[in-house]
Amino acid sequence: MREGDSLRKLSYSLFFLAAACVLLLGPHFLSSYLLHVVILILYFSFLGSAWSIVSGYAGQFSFGHSAFFGVGAYASSLLYMKSGISPWIGMLVGAIMAAGLGGFIGYLTFRYKLKGACFALATFAFSEMLRTVALNWSFTEKAMGILIPLKQGGSFYDFQFTSKLPYYYIILFMVLVVLLVSYSLDHSKLGYYFKAIKEDEEAAGSLGINILKYKIIALVMSAFFTALGGTFYAQYMFYIDPDITFGTSVTIEMIVRTMLGGAGTVLGPLVGSAVLESASEVMRSWLGEYKGLHIMFYAAILILVMIYFPYGLMGLLRKGRR
Amino acid sequence: MDLRMLCQAIISGLLTGGVYALIGVGLNLIFGVMKIINFAHGSLLMLGMYCTYWLFTFFKIDPYLSLAITVPLLFLIGVIIQKFLIHPIIEYPEDNQLVLTMGVMLFLENLALFLWGPDFRTVKVSYVGTVLSLFTLRINLLRLIAFAGGLLLALLLYIFLKKTDMGKAIRASSEEREGASAVGISVKRVHLISFGIGTACVGAAGTLMTPFFYLSPHVGHLFLLTAFMVVVLGGMGSFVGAIIGGFVIGATESLGAVIFPGSIGQIVPFSLFIIILLFKPTGLVAK
Amino acid sequence: MSFLEIKNLNKTFGGLTAVKSVTASVEKGEIVGMIGPNGAGKTTVFNLISGTYLPDSGVILFEGENIEGKTDYQVCQKGICRTYQIMKPFNKLTVLENVLVGAFNKIEKKKLAKEFSLDLLNFTGLYSKRNDVASSLTLAEKKSLELARALATQPKLILLDEVMAGLNPKEQSDAINLILEINRKGMTLLVIEHKMKIIMSISNRILVLHYGEKIAEGFPEEVSNHPKVIEAYLGGKDTLA
Repeated sequence: MREGDSLRKLSYSLFFLAAACVLLLGPHFLSSYLLHVVILILYFSFLGSAWSIVSGYAGQFSFGHSAFFGVGAYASSLLYMKSGISPWIGMLVGAIMAAGLGGFIGYLTFRYKLKGACFALATFAFSEMLRTVALNWSFTEKAMGILIPLKQGGSFYDFQFTSKLPYYYIILFMVLVVLLVSYSLDHSKLGYYFKAIKEDEEAAGSLGINILKYKIIALVMSAFFTALGGTFYAQYMFYIDPDITFGTSVTIEMIVRTMLGGAGTVLGPLVGSAVLESASEVMRSWLGEYKGLHIMFYAAILILVMIYFPYGLMGLLRKGRR
Repeated sequence: MDLRMLCQAIISGLLTGGVYALIGVGLNLIFGVMKIINFAHGSLLMLGMYCTYWLFTFFKIDPYLSLAITVPLLFLIGVIIQKFLIHPIIEYPEDNQLVLTMGVMLFLENLALFLWGPDFRTVKVSYVGTVLSLFTLRINLLRLIAFAGGLLLALLLYIFLKKTDMGKAIRASSEEREGASAVGISVKRVHLISFGIGTACVGAAGTLMTPFFYLSPHVGHLFLLTAFMVVVLGGMGSFVGAIIGGFVIGATESLGAVIFPGSIGQIVPFSLFIIILLFKPTGLVAK
Repeated sequence: MSFLEIKNLNKTFGGLTAVKSVTASVEKGEIVGMIGPNGAGKTTVFNLISGTYLPDSGVILFEGENIEGKTDYQVCQKGICRTYQIMKPFNKLTVLENVLVGAFNKIEKKKLAKEFSLDLLNFTGLYSKRNDVASSLTLAEKKSLELARALATQPKLILLDEVMAGLNPKEQSDAINLILEINRKGMTLLVIEHKMKIIMSISNRILVLHYGEKIAEGFPEEVSNHPKVIEAYLGGKDTLA
């Protein structure tokens, strides 16, 4: 028995070592294009995990998360463009602002007991309002959007790099952090309270859980991380506008990958993101650059998964284990 | 800003409201009966528009006449979607239903993108730009026809729901699904028809709007939130509420556009929507 | 000062008066049974005490403190926990996790909460099922889970709503033993129950409700011979047997 234990410990350690090597050194061997795909997988997985905190774990389905994404993206970009402040600081500022927005939206909606579809629609309305504001405010450059000027040779302070590798390490780190947060949610009082609220609000209340408080906490946490993703996007793509940041596309991207992989699970968003992106790439290489075809394909996958694997791909794995 | 401008805005808003009302009663049927939030509703409107466009471009059929084709066609599409995609998940958790309809939206939008490209298109009928005058107020003929068409179709739907057996079955199912099935109503069939009608309504709305709006694969997005606002404002499950909701949204949208510069006026209907959701979630027309 | 005191409690829903001028008290360490025909307002009284509903008027005092108007989680934190007639287990969580959620009410640290929960599972006979998903439990097991979860919040008073419904005689007997054991350990209980024989045998005192009003109160023997009580049940589905 003891030998089996240490053998298992050894194999786990080797596995982690191998995984660490692959993660840290592997990208050096990838082409720029493939590295871009990997970065996208990690980026979408990050956003998905962020969304999952409030919508997967706490069960409050948000259709307005682009509001937080946009706040993050615009906060860091505007601070940089107008005051030369490093996007790293802007990232933090944006995340805090988004957290505040999350608290505000959360307090309003949860205080008035909005649930399910009504909550989703309310968050949608909020994100559309922000989009309209950004579109009409000269401070945010209206429809023109913000083009982040290239700094020759890249610069850490300016959160710009000439090669994709630094972006990879940054998003990898971000993903690891959010995965750690998800994992600790899975095993902590806070996480159990979220899950109880998702399962049965009334019962949860009768067991001493302050529903309003915890729902707001979930939304605030989720908003914070989502905004970080917004800044990353701005710094990676160099251009943001109201539609890209506050529009429904971002929200849908977050939701789709997480639901495919399994909302409320630690690895769900990552799995969903990897599967979707790979399928997307495969389709792209087979069918060429026909506009929209590869999204049609992954929409079809999504529909099929929702019908046949309602708990996502991770749900399949879990069924096997129990 | 004078009274005339305000009146003009309200008239214009009410005209648009007629079309919104049609969209609303259709979505109301889907939501009231099946309790499904259909995120694909906007893209179904888009399909209606494209059908109209192609009928006009290839067969020179006047958009308003093409209703005779687009309405049954969209009805059929709705029934197919319901039968194969919605019905299997009718008892599933709400989140899954939401995401499934999201998937349908993505699929339809990108199908349009793939088939017809991203370019904006318009349909120009010979009588475009005709403006009628009513007490010094200007009324766009196309919008007037859309308004009349929208209300006419909504009226037809109303008669259908009130007078026919199927209509009564639908109303019974929306009030009490299990009770309805207990008295022998085929709930499955009711769902099929309801979704079909809901789709036909929004498709018809698309057709009516085609002469004075533009088409693009993503045009549905613009109306998605609007459609829900109409239904919620009026009161989910209420036919009359959806009509009222349509007019209220149309009017507030129009007023917002005229009072505020740019498109910031959109905030007005959005704020109204949020306020109603928070303080009177049963809608303006309390059941 | 009684442990729990309700004075002139009133609750109307639309046109229907569910609870009318109900006054009663529960002493520490008692088991008080609440009986009455269907629709008498028993569960509504529970909902008023537990904070699920707001009373239209009236006062609820727990350990001398006003708790009417407090929210459900506040009431639980004050020391009153309730179970539900139609059970509400956290279906996708395991048995242990269900109880853990309750335990976190008074215990911050996960390790301690887990130990405490496992003890409770042992006490209620669910230890062997601790890692099973709650939805996989039998009816009787779900009832035990509901009770274990409530106990985990470390209440001073438990409101039990129709625990015996759906249980076979053996399961009922086990449930009775559990309730008596909890009471022996110092728990005060207010119990709604339809099975007359059982409620009469375990309660120190009985409250009888009918059409939202209290029609009788006293020791089991007194109550079962009370003319108003007999009248209320005569011709009804419930019998005194």
